[in-house]
Amino acid sequence: MSTPRPLEVQETPLPGIGLRHDFRTERGRHVGVVTYRSGRRELLLYDDRDEDEVAHALVLSEEESSGLAGLLGAPRLVQHLEDAIHHVPGVVVHRIDLDSRSPFAGRPLGDTAARTRTGTSVVALLRGDTVVASPGPQDRLEAGDVLVVVGTPGGVEALTELLRG
Amino acid sequence: MALDHTAVLLLELGALVVGLSLLAGLAARLDLPAVPLYLVAGLALGQGGLVAPTESEAFLATAAEVGVLLLLLSLGLEFSAEELVGTLRRQAPVGGLDLVLNGVPGVVAGLLLGLGPAGALALGGVTYISSSGVVAKALRDLGRLGNRETPAVLGVLVIEDLAMAVYLPVLTVVVTGAGLLAGLGVVAVAVGVVTVVLVVALRHGPRLTRLLPVRPELLTLAVVGLTLLVAGIAEAAQVSAAVGAFLVGVAVSGDVADKVRDLLAPLRDLFAAVFFVWFGIGIDPTSLLPVLAPAAVLAAVTAATKVATGWVAAGREGVGPRGRLRAGTALVPRGEFSIVVAGLAAPALGAAGAVLAALSACYVLLLAVGGPLLMRVSDPVADRLRLGAHRARGVT
Repeated sequence: MSTPRPLEVQETPLPGIGLRHDFRTERGRHVGVVTYRSGRRELLLYDDRDEDEVAHALVLSEEESSGLAGLLGAPRLVQHLEDAIHHVPGVVVHRIDLDSRSPFAGRPLGDTAARTRTGTSVVALLRGDTVVASPGPQDRLEAGDVLVVVGTPGGVEALTELLRG
Repeated sequence: MALDHTAVLLLELGALVVGLSLLAGLAARLDLPAVPLYLVAGLALGQGGLVAPTESEAFLATAAEVGVLLLLLSLGLEFSAEELVGTLRRQAPVGGLDLVLNGVPGVVAGLLLGLGPAGALALGGVTYISSSGVVAKALRDLGRLGNRETPAVLGVLVIEDLAMAVYLPVLTVVVTGAGLLAGLGVVAVAVGVVTVVLVVALRHGPRLTRLLPVRPELLTLAVVGLTLLVAGIAEAAQVSAAVGAFLVGVAVSGDVADKVRDLLAPLRDLFAAVFFVWFGIGIDPTSLLPVLAPAAVLAAVTAATKVATGWVAAGREGVGPRGRLRAGTALVPRGEFSIVVAGLAAPALGAAGAVLAALSACYVLLLAVGGPLLMRVSDPVADRLRLGAHRARGVT
């Protein structure tokens, strides 16, 4: 997996209407979102021929846009993993909150030796709105992180204990 | 059997409002703004028309006044003080250009047509101000809110609305015949009041807004009552009631502003419709014919000058020629606020006022209908003229 390019999102106020955010995808498409003050949103795909102009605008209600965001983004990661692993007997997906009293807050993930000690894999770190996917041993844990782990029920329990210290 | 006053009053009002609802439905089906149809309805009634209201006249006159206040209140609610100040900073030069390009033709036409200095000043306002209602709705309908030229278009509209807050008091003073010195004094007061309200709204808007009640019916009563009070005070101080209402709208901020806008929308729709009809009722349809030619010329000239304004405004934001033409045509529609200006000035100007009202009605009919049509043909015209556009690079 290549390192993701940071997203350069431009924010433009639309007086009397709301806000527009737009960015360019790696493949050169110009994409945007208009957020009305009512919470309604419009997903925009700009025209290739005239990139000042919107070619397609998809109107989304507040529920629809948060549903779509869930499909695209981080908050549903655990659910997705759970769905994917559902049929594998003996394996569970679990979220572990790292609180500030944990001895590993501020230390690299490698220090936990989670795989060696508990047989459990840390597959992602959720930090606010960002996701560190497949974190390596050098990735630093921070208080408030949520670790998404995959393993046996016993292993997950052992890792929870280990992180609590 | 003779009907009593109440029965006649209710029958007249009922027939009028039912008629307006049918017209609004027709406008929606034809994809037109409702304002021109309301005007036509007004022309068909009253002086020189088919039937004249009798018992309901006094009520309609008051309702029309309230309609103007609610229009301006909703306008103020559309914008937060931050948006107004931010736009003013970024787009002030375009605002100046807009004023010169679109106000001057109206003033010149007014002088040429013998409307006198006050009538000319009013006509300048009529041709200057685009209809933010018609423009915003058309931009939404055409799916152009996300376009790169749209912030420039909205910016011009915002500055025009702010300019109204200074212009209306000046107009009020000039039409009542006060001298230049009094006029300048009012300009100073108006600018001062607008600045104070903006600063207070920026610093303390949320805190002031928190003083308002939360329950919907209480909120409606509080805001409408407050608006009428402030409008009355503004009128007494010769700052124009409409400006008072606008400033109340600006001062209410945040979520509450959104809520109030939703609550008041039906009230505004009703009373504003009555205002447009009332304006039409005051015009004798036979007086339209002589002003048709000047109105058409004025409409053509000021459509062109608005296109130029939008062209420059969008150019400053780095938009390509095709988008600049879209921005220009988007500013062409004139509507509710041109009628507000004419309605404010006409009653005080006698014979010149009657010409001003007829001319403004003709002018708005042409551009409220023609403007949105121009917006639709902008892209095909740009392609015919082979105007370039920004192309995305390396799209796969």
